Amino acid sequence: MHTYEPPIFELSSPGKIGAALPDAGVPETELPAHLLRDDDLAGLPEISETEVVRHFTRISQRNFCIDTGMYPLGSCTMKYNPKIHEEAARLPGFAFIHPLQAEETVQGALQLTYELQDILAEISGFDQVCLQPAAGAQGEFAGILVFRAYHLDRGDDQRDEVLCPNSAHGTNPATAAMVGFKVVEIATDSRGNVDLADLRAKVGPRTAGLMLTNPNTLGLFDENVHEVAKIVHEAGGLMYGDGANFNAILGIVKPGDVGFDFMHYNLHKTFTTPHGGGGPGCGAVGCKEFLADYLPGPIVALKDGQYTRHTPAKSIGRLKAFKGNFGMFVRAYTYIRMLGAAGLRSVSEHAVLNANYLRVNLDKIYPVAYDRTCMHEVVLQGKIKGAPSVHTLDIAKRLIDFGFHPPTVYFPISVAESIMIEPTETESKRNLDAFIDAMKQIALEAVENPELLHAAPTTAPVRRLDEATAARRPILKYDQAAIAALLSK
Amino acid sequence: MSNVPSDLLYTKEHEWVRIDGNTATVGISHFAQSQLGDVVFVELPDVGKTFEIGESFGTVESVKAVSEIYAPLSGSVAEINNAVIDAPELVNDDPYGDGWLAKFEFTSEPSGLLSAAEYEQFIKEEADK
Repeated sequence: MHTYEPPIFELSSPGKIGAALPDAGVPETELPAHLLRDDDLAGLPEISETEVVRHFTRISQRNFCIDTGMYPLGSCTMKYNPKIHEEAARLPGFAFIHPLQAEETVQGALQLTYELQDILAEISGFDQVCLQPAAGAQGEFAGILVFRAYHLDRGDDQRDEVLCPNSAHGTNPATAAMVGFKVVEIATDSRGNVDLADLRAKVGPRTAGLMLTNPNTLGLFDENVHEVAKIVHEAGGLMYGDGANFNAILGIVKPGDVGFDFMHYNLHKTFTTPHGGGGPGCGAVGCKEFLADYLPGPIVALKDGQYTRHTPAKSIGRLKAFKGNFGMFVRAYTYIRMLGAAGLRSVSEHAVLNANYLRVNLDKIYPVAYDRTCMHEVVLQGKIKGAPSVHTLDIAKRLIDFGFHPPTVYFPISVAESIMIEPTETESKRNLDAFIDAMKQIALEAVENPELLHAAPTTAPVRRLDEATAARRPILKYDQAAIAALLSK
Repeated sequence: MSNVPSDLLYTKEHEWVRIDGNTATVGISHFAQSQLGDVVFVELPDVGKTFEIGESFGTVESVKAVSEIYAPLSGSVAEINNAVIDAPELVNDDPYGDGWLAKFEFTSEPSGLLSAAEYEQFIKEEADK
């Protein structure tokens, strides 16, 4: 196997062409000087069609993805994306419409948007949903802007703090800070819940709201959620629900029923639209009636048998050009319609069962951070008895050699040497057993031959990457000399 | 494994402090850098800025995580170590020497700092967690 695939620029030969064009039939003219680039870019590569296809095919074959193997990346819900979604999104009536078309000519697309808003509201116990935000972080941004608008609209201008448990995703405090709030961190108690005493000490007339992920990033359902909501509401604050872990509670818990006022949904996690580089995402948001006037727009409504778009009266404004990532609405809608209410509940039950199956099979070897029944993911620690030189990073890299994408590591940061595993419901028992076997084998190797782990991965196209140098002295632009220098090392 | 010089004072946030007159040199401990892993970025405040005890005065970013560094005493920044900004690996290679972060001129006598023995006990408990 080739270990190094050169950039396509290095495959270029002067004069080589991939397609023969006919004569222009008009005299050639120099480009005006002001249109010419003045940097040192060599120009486009000159290369044949076969070489282009092989280059990109080779690169694509090195890509680990959910279609090639198990991807138990905790907190990310890397579940399988059913191929029928792609069929649905490519239906001409969805694929070949333009966002500026007149409403009466795109009634089908608007109906789908309307019904998806309604379905998400029903699943989560909220009154109004807006599908506009492009991803989870933008959904959070929308929510906290709505909280601010709500407080200010009531003349309540003293609320300048947002509370975030220390188990929160990093985006939560980042969102609050971006909107201009001061972030106040809340401790976690010995069972992994929000520490109520610490919350009571920090909540008050300056609290705009609290951002809670439930289940949290420890993979635990916060047993105090009712009490947390009560404390925050009594202080005049609002409850934000981060829907990143919604995959654990579909059809079982409605966030709107347990005290949340607003939440975002990650359609690209919970509702199987493509994820990461395969996106774009969709961070739809939902809220209770009393916040609906502040939602971003447009939102689709049904009036006199016609679907129309509108922006709420006191809207925080637009977050995204045009009408959101509509192709993702189609995929999520297809998923939900295929499963129905009972099927969605089954998704969560199996996601939770799978994570607990891993937990009880691995917790004798890898300590669990909190010894409780977990939800859709389990947080282990890479501390193997008799292997002091082996760390979580070594275990993660060794998993690559066994054909698994490493789980999320060193997050949540509140757990030392954390390994956060989210198998999702789409892995079979056979795959889960193979993963368990690999983790057990790695623990044996860690004691008997730790060097094997320090050298891992050994079967991937590249060996252990030097993350420190990449971060300290990054080469951000194609630079043949710099690449040659690195390769010669 | 533990490397805790006896002539320094420490905090529970893993900063070390060297007192000299009314100047305090501050860095992060050997234990802190070993937990963080390879440090790739250090952010330090402007000289002259004042901080209250416990206030965050900068960040240390490693390949694993971004961590805040907290003022172990109240005072103003007299000098920062520009060398660690250009070469963050100094924090890993020599945390108590060339990897120092900032010098503070303190306004009130430092209090509540841990002795080397107390800090050693503290990190032993942390490591067992």
